[in-house]
Amino acid sequence: MSNDHTSDGQLELISFRIADQEFCLDIMAVREIRGWAPATPLPHSPAYVRGVINLRGAVLPILDLKSRLGLGACEPSARSVIIVVHIGSRLVGLLVDAVSEILAADLAAVQPTPNVGCDTVGRFVRGIIAQEDRMISWIAIDDIMPSEDLAEAA
Amino acid sequence: MDAMDAIKVTYFQECDELLASLEEGLLALQAGDGDSDTINAVFRAVHSVKGGAGAFGFEEMVGFAHVFETSLDEMRSGRLDPDANVIKIMLRASDVLADHVLAAKGEGVVDAARAQAMAEELESLTAPLSDEPTVAPEGSAPEADAWGFAPLKFEFAEEPPPAPWLLTMRPTAAMYAKGHDAALFLRELSRLGEIKVSLDASMLPELSTLDPEASHCVWTVELAADVAEQAILDVFDFVGDDCVIDLRRVGVESASALPDTDQAFAALIAVAQAPLEDAPEIAATSESKTAQKGEVKAAPTAGATIRVDLERVDRLIDLVGELVINQAMIAQRVMESEQPPSSTVSLGLDELEQLTRQIQDSVMAIRAQPVKSVFQRMPRLVREIAGSTGKQVRLVMEGEGTEVDKTVIERLSDPITHMLRNAIDHGVETPAERIAAGKPGEGVVRLAALHRSGRIVIEVSDDGKGINRPRVREIAIKKGLIGADANLSDDEIDNLIFLPGFSTAAAVSNISGRGVGMDVVKRSIQALGGRISITSQPGKGSTFTLSLPLTLAVLDGMVISASGQTLVAPLTAIIETLRPKPQDVRALGPTGAVLAVRDMHVPLIDIGMALGLRSTPIDPTTGVVLLVESEGISRAALVVDEIQGQRQVVIKSLEANFQRVVGIAAATILGDGRVALILDIEAVLEKRLNERLPPLARAS
Repeated sequence: MSNDHTSDGQLELISFRIADQEFCLDIMAVREIRGWAPATPLPHSPAYVRGVINLRGAVLPILDLKSRLGLGACEPSARSVIIVVHIGSRLVGLLVDAVSEILAADLAAVQPTPNVGCDTVGRFVRGIIAQEDRMISWIAIDDIMPSEDLAEAA
Repeated sequence: MDAMDAIKVTYFQECDELLASLEEGLLALQAGDGDSDTINAVFRAVHSVKGGAGAFGFEEMVGFAHVFETSLDEMRSGRLDPDANVIKIMLRASDVLADHVLAAKGEGVVDAARAQAMAEELESLTAPLSDEPTVAPEGSAPEADAWGFAPLKFEFAEEPPPAPWLLTMRPTAAMYAKGHDAALFLRELSRLGEIKVSLDASMLPELSTLDPEASHCVWTVELAADVAEQAILDVFDFVGDDCVIDLRRVGVESASALPDTDQAFAALIAVAQAPLEDAPEIAATSESKTAQKGEVKAAPTAGATIRVDLERVDRLIDLVGELVINQAMIAQRVMESEQPPSSTVSLGLDELEQLTRQIQDSVMAIRAQPVKSVFQRMPRLVREIAGSTGKQVRLVMEGEGTEVDKTVIERLSDPITHMLRNAIDHGVETPAERIAAGKPGEGVVRLAALHRSGRIVIEVSDDGKGINRPRVREIAIKKGLIGADANLSDDEIDNLIFLPGFSTAAAVSNISGRGVGMDVVKRSIQALGGRISITSQPGKGSTFTLSLPLTLAVLDGMVISASGQTLVAPLTAIIETLRPKPQDVRALGPTGAVLAVRDMHVPLIDIGMALGLRSTPIDPTTGVVLLVESEGISRAALVVDEIQGQRQVVIKSLEANFQRVVGIAAATILGDGRVALILDIEAVLEKRLNERLPPLARAS
């Protein structure tokens, strides 16, 4: 059913809070949501790569979305969750404070990202969704993984 | 079309096997241990390739295979002596046939000129041996093309032209059930000469009573061409009894066949006219016949092998890997719950552990394959390299039956290819040089596989001139790879050829020096947890030795901890472990520290710091040192906090969901369900030496 919605311009999104800002992801990219488990840190990796965890036998990298978006490092607590998403053929876990809700939005109602003079915003925010006095940033996850060069240089 | 494609895939798989057995047979003949069975096997291989090619309409392949088959037939009948020269030509012909197969697959192109020349060469083998006067082929055979079918067709030249063949072809339902098509046979027959086909559709029932699965049509073919009876019967080689064939000359009343035919006709007509209620029964009988046939055919092969989609095996291996992890997790939980070792839970768990290990071993054995599949490609390679370098080389292969995991097999091909190229291009001398050095003109390159202490070892040795050490040393100095005053042992000089940017070929040939040096080979082998080295004796030859783990799915590792993290070090890289005494740890220069191990002083590397897990190193005397060896940088002492134990771990890729991480080879999942990283010792050492990390703590 959700496919039908996307095809006629309707988006189904999953929203979550990071540092008092609201963000959302296309629900089609989300495979599952699970609780926080301590990750094994990876050497020579950017700070926002928290490490890897065991997801039923697969090695899953965990990215700290807060840190990736330049909002400071996340202090994982029992309430923190990992959103497991597909990025291309890879499975990646995104660490966020909490998941709020599932919401629907009209693709036509998505506003372009305002230029606030910040590279991070321009790179990771696809657009802005305004709903009931709230502003929710729609995250582009395709670019969220560290590039190979970066890992080599780090 | 999908079904057709699937059949094609099977055909190409068979082709690969047939080509392999063709080459194997020819090599056996070359070595002198072939007999008439070998010749028959070789003939059958080419014949089967041709048969399938005809069915799929690969005209060029059929043409070439036919010429090849003709010469093999001469050999089979004893008219052509399988001497060294003939076998050489045939080996090259088998290469061309392999090219044809590749081209049919759409993976390559056939060098038409080469194929043509090859076909002519094959024909020249048979032509002078024919006792019949050779009649000019032109005009007499309408289909005589570049391949020249002519010599075969003139066996009856001196006799009066015989009457045309009359062939009655009555397919059974079973034939259609196996995917054969009458049209293909007609097409195949038309290849033999002009045919007149008439269809007897009188047995076709009314449409309302038609059983579409049954066979109702009979074809009568009149073939004017003067071909041997066997050639016609060969067309139906693949259907066996599924198609009733009656073959005779026009005007010859085949006394035995005719009444039979009439009876069969009558029976068929009866079937066709039978009331509809009988139809299921008929279908059932024809089915049971098919089933019986299937059993008879399957019997000899059933015990031998089955074809399984590799993906299914891989999935099974993944699952067993998870089972092993899960079993370890349960074991750990039970231990934590402090059950007495004699409790039923603990005992049951011990049994489970044994079973899991057995399952794992058996599953890995499914994927184990003999290295033959890689080795069998090499004779051709050697022939081609020898041909283009003007050297005479004989390849001797040993241990082709040595088994190793499929994942490893796939990675063996490139390094072996490279080592062989090197051995022939740089090792073996030209015939003139060899004779001048008092050796036989033909060089011998040996390719051997063996198991040694849980690893597979591949050796490539030649009886050539060996490594020119003064020259290697000179080049290494010139390229700045070593200092001019470096004092190196013979072994160390030999292994300089693995350094990046090293190439000794004075002239860059198109064989070696094609941009990929031995350093790349070495790197790819190390990435698999393998080692490569070379030993050489001037004037007597060199030996490349390559060793790899038997599988890339599990690894024997030492579980260690550093800065609160659990890590796994591959056991193969570790020479020994020790607790350093304070007097053995010595500072060297402002940034380094070394450990005295017997007479050697090896650099100390704090693993926690090397991986960026901590910023200050621990006192080596409070930890444990792993003495490790890597090919390029010799030895080093890794300082770790603690050794937890030694165990087999399941290798999990980091790259599948993330990317390559410097210093880390892969990951694994431990008994507590957490991910532990597997160290890439080589990369850790390299990185450490390139970066000049801050000094290690000095022992007071």
